[in-house]
Order: sequence, then C-alpha cells, then structure tokens
Amino acid sequence: MPEHTFRVNGEQVTVDVPDDVRLLWVLRDVLGITGPKYGCGINVCKACTSHLNGKAVNPCAIPVGNVKPTDEVTTIEGLPATVGKDLHPMQEAWLDVDVAQCGYCQPGQIMAAVALVERVKAEGREITDADLDGLRNICRCGTYVRIREAVRAGAAKM
Amino acid sequence: MEIGRRRFLGYVLAAPTLVAAAELFPAGAAEAFDITEIVDLNDAMTLAAAPTANLISVVVNADGSVSFALPRAEVGQGITTSTAMLIAEELSVPLDRVRVTLADARPELVFNQLTGGSNTTFSTYLPIRVAAAVAKKRLLDAAAARLGTTALTLTDGVVSDRAGRKLSLGDLAVKAASGVDERVAVQLTAPKNFTVIGTPRKRIDALAAVTGRKTFAMDLDVPGAKPTMVCRPPTLNGTVGSVANLAEVRAMPGITDVVTISTGVAVRAETFGQCIDGVRALRVDWGPGTAEGKSDADVLAELRRAELPLGPKPLTPTLESTFTFYFRGNSALEPNCAVADVRAGRAEIWAGLKSPIVAQQTIAAKLGLPVSAVTVHVVESGGSFGRKLFFDAALEAAEVSKAVGKPVKLLWHRADDARQGRTHPMATSRVRLSHVGGKVVSFEQRHTSVSTDLSHGLGEIFTAVVAKLPVGDAGFSQTFFQLSQSTPYKFGAVSRLLAETGTGFNTGSMRNVYSPDVTCARELMIDQLASTLGQDPYELRRGLLHDSRARAALDKVADVGDWGRSMPEGTAQGIALHTEYKSVSAALVEIDNRPGTVGRKVREGVTGPRVTKVVFAVDVGLTVNPRGLEAQMMGCISDGIALALTSSLHLRDGYFLEASWDNYFYTRQWNTPLDLRVIVLPNSSDHPGGAGELGVATAFAAVACAYGRATGRMPTSFPINHGTVSFPVKPTIPPVPPSPTDGLSYA
Repeated sequence: MPEHTFRVNGEQVTVDVPDDVRLLWVLRDVLGITGPKYGCGINVCKACTSHLNGKAVNPCAIPVGNVKPTDEVTTIEGLPATVGKDLHPMQEAWLDVDVAQCGYCQPGQIMAAVALVERVKAEGREITDADLDGLRNICRCGTYVRIREAVRAGAAKM
Repeated sequence: MEIGRRRFLGYVLAAPTLVAAAELFPAGAAEAFDITEIVDLNDAMTLAAAPTANLISVVVNADGSVSFALPRAEVGQGITTSTAMLIAEELSVPLDRVRVTLADARPELVFNQLTGGSNTTFSTYLPIRVAAAVAKKRLLDAAAARLGTTALTLTDGVVSDRAGRKLSLGDLAVKAASGVDERVAVQLTAPKNFTVIGTPRKRIDALAAVTGRKTFAMDLDVPGAKPTMVCRPPTLNGTVGSVANLAEVRAMPGITDVVTISTGVAVRAETFGQCIDGVRALRVDWGPGTAEGKSDADVLAELRRAELPLGPKPLTPTLESTFTFYFRGNSALEPNCAVADVRAGRAEIWAGLKSPIVAQQTIAAKLGLPVSAVTVHVVESGGSFGRKLFFDAALEAAEVSKAVGKPVKLLWHRADDARQGRTHPMATSRVRLSHVGGKVVSFEQRHTSVSTDLSHGLGEIFTAVVAKLPVGDAGFSQTFFQLSQSTPYKFGAVSRLLAETGTGFNTGSMRNVYSPDVTCARELMIDQLASTLGQDPYELRRGLLHDSRARAALDKVADVGDWGRSMPEGTAQGIALHTEYKSVSAALVEIDNRPGTVGRKVREGVTGPRVTKVVFAVDVGLTVNPRGLEAQMMGCISDGIALALTSSLHLRDGYFLEASWDNYFYTRQWNTPLDLRVIVLPNSSDHPGGAGELGVATAFAAVACAYGRATGRMPTSFPINHGTVSFPVKPTIPPVPPSPTDGLSYA
C-alpha cells in the first residue's frame, strides 16, 4: 500500500493506506485522532471541520492521496498549540458562554469559527450577522445563539 | 424514605472508603401515593419505580474527590452537571470535586434506568441529595472522633473546628467508611439555604467537549474493534436476500469481513472509508420492505380512516380544523452506533443508551446468553432527542460481532440514519371548539397518528402501572397520551383522544413526543377563535387560563417581548404556551415573512420565513441549574422552528427521500433568531419538574401562530414547506452516497 507523509498537529506522520481513503478515516481510524467527528461523510454537516494549512476544510471529503508532505493538518487537538497556549481564545470563549450541550459538533464548530474569524480579520473588518449566518456546521442540540455569542467573544480575544 | 419534614433515611454501605447510599425511590412508598393524584407522566414513571428501586451511591475517595455513577444517560441535556450540583450542595464540596459517570446497565433497577419523559431530575432530586447528606454526616462524625469536638463545619470540602483545625475530605474518607451496612437518618438542606442549587453553573463536561477529549462510542479504543457498516435495503425495512459478489467485496482493500445479518450485509474493514466502499460495491438481492409502495398520501388516507369521531355537534358556534404533521427524523448528529465484543459465553457492549436494561435483556436473548453474561456500558451520547431510547445499533453490533467472531465498532452511515432510522410518526389532529360569549364551552381533539413504538422500556413502565390508572385497559400509547397532555385553559367539556394506525414504520418518541403537534393544533385554534371574536390572542389566552403559573409565564413574555407592538407588513408576532412535566412555559415569537427574507439563497439549504426574535419564559417549579435550563429551552426553540418551518421526511414508494443533512433541514445558523431571550421564572415549588423537552411544543406553536398572523392564513400542514422537495434525491442503490472529494471547498 502507498505511504503518505504529512504533518498533523505539529508532528510528521506516515501512514500506509490507499490513496482514496478520506483523511477523516486516516485521522480517526489509523492515527487515533478522534476530535474530528463523523456526522454525514459527504461534506455537509461539518462535524469533522479541521484546518489544512490554516484554512478550514472537511477531512471526510479529502482523499489522503491529495495531502502533500508539506501540508499541515490541524485538528481540535492541535488548535491550542497554534497560539502556544493550553486553550485557544475561541475555546475559552466557548467555555465562558457554556456553548456545548452534547458536544459532538463542537470541535468542528470551533475550528470553523477560528477560520471564519481569521478570514474576516484578514479582510480588515468586523464579524457580521451575515458571516455568522454563513457558518454551515450543524448543531442538532440547537445551540446556535450561544455559538454566535461565543464566536464574537472569541474574535475579540484573537 | 422521608420520615419527617426534610428528614430522610439513607445508608452507609460496608466498603473500604466512605460509600453513602439512598434508595432511588423508597420501597413501600407506592402505598403512600393516592392513585387519584397520578396526574402526569412523571408521577407514573416515578410510581412505577417504587417496588423495584435499588440503591444509588455517593463515594468519597481517599484523594478527596467524590464520585457517583448516575443510572441515566447523558445525551447533552446536562444531567451530569445538575447531578453534580445536587451532590455539591448537600455534601458541601466544590462542584469540580464531583465526578459523575454513567452507570452500566443495572438489571436490578428494572424500571429505574430509563432516561426519558424529562424525568431525570424529577425522580433523582431527593435520593441523590439524601445519599450526599448521609456522606456529609458520616464525614462530620469521623472528624468529631478525630478532633474531639462536635462543633464542626464542612465548607468547600474542608471540615473545620472552632480552633481552626482543618481536615480534608481525603483525610476522612477512609475513617468515615463503615464495616457494615448501616441505616442513617439525615436532614436535607432547606431551599432557602441553597448555595449551589438554583445558581447558574457551567457544564462539568464543557472542557472535554471543546478540546475534543469528550469520548463518544466511536472514539473508544476497544482492542480489535474495527470499523463496521451495514449495506441496507433500498426501501424501509426491506429484507435481505443473496449477495451476488461476496468474494469480490471481501477481497477489496482493507475489508476483513462481509457477512449477512438480519438487517442487511455487514462490512468490517480497517477504516470506515473502506466500509463505505464495500457497502457501495455490494450487489444484494433485496426483498420488499414494510411500507412497500407507500407514499405520504397513502399514510394520510390511512390516518383519515382511523380518526375517531367527534361527538355530536354542539348547538353553540363552533370552529373546526384538521392539521397534518408529516414524518420527521429524530436523528442526533452522532448517528446510531455501538461497539460490541461478543465471545463464547460472554458479550460486552458500549453505546449511548437511554434504556440499557432493555438493551441488555434483548441482546442477551439474541445472542442466547444469560443476562449476567452481557455487560452493557452506557457511553455519553452525541444527542438523542428520543433516538437513543432505542438500541438498534447495539443489537446490530452484537449480531455482527457474533457472526464474525471479532469485536466491531458499528456506525450507521448518515443515509442509513435518515432513511432507516427512527422517525416521529406522521399524525393528524382534528380540533373542534365551541364557544359562547367569548368563553370556550367544549374542546374536542382527535389526534390520529402512525403508531409510536414504545417498546424500549417506557412501555414496560406503563405495564406496571396501567392497571392502576383511570384509563382502564387502554394501551400504552393512550395512557402515555392522556398522561402527557394537560390543558391549562378553561375549555369546559374537554375530550381528547388518540387513535393509532399502521405499523411498518420505525418510529419513536421524538423530543416532547405527542405534545408539539397536539399543542400546535390547540394554540392555532385559540388564535382562530381570537380572530373570529375580534379579540387579541394574548388577552384571550389570558382570560381562558385557569393556571396562575401559566398566566405568569404568558404575562412575562408579553411584557418583555412588547406584545402588540406595531410591525411592518409581512412580519408578525405569535404567542403560545405549553404545560407539561409539572412545568409551564410560554413563548413570544416574531417572524419575518417578507419576500426579501423568504427568498434568501443558501447553497443546499432552506431559508423561507425567518424567526427574528424569541422571548421565552419557563417555570419548572424549582430550577437546579438556570444556565442549563436556558440551554435546554434554546435547543427546544431550535427544534420548534424546524418543526414549524423546515424539517420533515418525505415518504415516497416505500422509502424516505431524505438521506442526509443537505436534504433534512434542521434549523441552521441562517434560520436562527438573532434576538433570543430565555427568562427563568422564580421558583414556584420545592421540587423540580421536567425541562428537557418542555419547550419544543411551546416554540413550535408560537412560530406557527406567528406565521399564521404574518400571512393572514392559519397554516394547517407542517412543516409549511413540506409540499416542496427542494433537493435532488439521492439514489437508494447503493444505499449510501459516495465519499466526495470537495473537502477543500465549502467549509
């Protein structure tokens, strides 16, 4: 089987799986990184949202063969290290607002929120309601209002 | 057992460290219940527990921590946090010192390990506090022996005497232990002295959730338990025949086993991705399902035929309408899943289970093992909404593990979960009210529904009490229906009946069960009456209410939400209320139905009218955690918006068209109200009522009423967009869609 080498949460990893296995399963089933969740497998629910070179992506829809050796994959487990802390400001905001209910969508929500805030900051503007309406991550517990509150609070500290 | 005002009997159990216990419901207390006082579901469930209840134990560990194994399922509703609060209150320890885990299936609890009916806090509020109070008393006794004085206080987990000497819980845990089981009388803290109960607390599992460390069933590392999925039939509950290409699929990369089971063909592989590939490659000869050829219209016609007749038409003016509620999915974001390790003579199961005892018994029977040989671990769930009352995946995982002789980690693909999973049954509700001089003199409701499957153990609870209830020999469903429906209004002669029809559908008790539909129909009729009489919907409700708690909730939302304010054309307010679980709630909703809003475009999403504002008031009697209660009501509001506007399953030719979240339109950010306020009303009781499901009916009804007032036409079919299939229907063969390659886009 082909070997694939890339970086995950700051460490270089090499896995021996066929090219077409999606990154989500490489992370979860091969590497044991279980923060990214399965909720649909077709890039719809966004429960697996992680970062590829700092941009939000959905590993359930990325064949591992498309991941390059220089690519840096960041999952929720590696998010705090990107700011050199125990918790990323967005995670702290999430705790302050007490967003989580069942918690299943939360890793994906937080990764999507961080990417959104960074994109908006790069565009030199504040987060708008339209930006928040654009978050596609499903929360079946329906915590959307607290998610919006936490994204704004997290953005203020990023 | 209560032996006086706030005095209860608990136990200290023989153990190396301090173990304090209480009966989850005291034996013999059933006699103390006057059967005529059984007015709702919570009482029935609690009563059912009486003769069979057993002990729950609070353990004080040598490291100063306190542990408790809760015989309920945490599925997101926050009961581990509220349970820890009860213990922290009575034991006087910091909240973060209390560790609440979920108990394995305990068959000796019989009826008392069922999570449902918003009953957890209602039924555990006293026993958990009694056990914690016994622990506190023993710790103080042990400290007294050590320090030679009884003038002691226990605060923040530290015992102090007047001389300033201090002992920690860890110092005392072993000293306070008992060599024999002992009965101990304790007094519980008076509500006016509460310092934890009633204060807003953050969830004790939040850090685990936001760091990705919270462990769900599929995150468990059970040795050898490899990913497994099932290739399922193209129609609902279709039968599985021969497989044309078994050898070919078995030889695919990563696949370890392919085996036919009762529900389809199971594929076990190194990764779930390879399971998906295997499932898609299988060529199976499928037989007909249990709803073969049926579509929405066929079921609707069955419902019409099954409807019970209304009484003779009154001589007074009447209003009459029939409302239709289509099938809805109660999928959680975590699909059905379970880990199973079945070996010769024993089995071990891990899953999110709200009825673990029934699961254990059923799995044991399926495997031909004694119940004692099947260990069932209850894992924290990624949502439930009624879905995890069932154990479909655990049963399937056990079957596959036995068949392949290896452990499995079984996951339903989202398409399986949507198309073959449990649904809220399609229902109609016919309502007739008659009125004279602005007063309602009779109210009749005929609710007709595809049968709700209550076979997960909730049914067994009713078996135990049904003979004692005033509903005679009516079945579980009628009992459930009657117990769960109460009317806070002065409606004169009330007659409310349920008729069920049709089997063949995988149904279940979706959050709030019958109430969202029944209440929505009732509240819309009140709005219609207001319109007929030229009265204000809020004032009319207010005048009809006989319940002062409900009136307080209604007044609160009308006041805070500025009821009756002038609004632009195409936008409107709606107001509604719902009482259940010994709790009351009211909602004021504003909706924007203007073309510019309705016509918003969202890729693979449904927009339509937007709920712009919700003011929600809730009185659960006694609130344990206001912050958690607000969260539950927020979730209920999201559910209510979905039920009214966007979420349904379309049955066509024996299968549901919806196959994932891009077809099933649960509330999303673009449907979320920008202004939401939940008001927790002051306590009105010394005992908590139920909360987890309460607000679904309220929110659904208020959104429906607001929509009716915005359009000037009362909606009668829900969700309002059911007539439009707004997505390309995914194929049914193969049963799951291909894994896409667009993961770099759309995040």
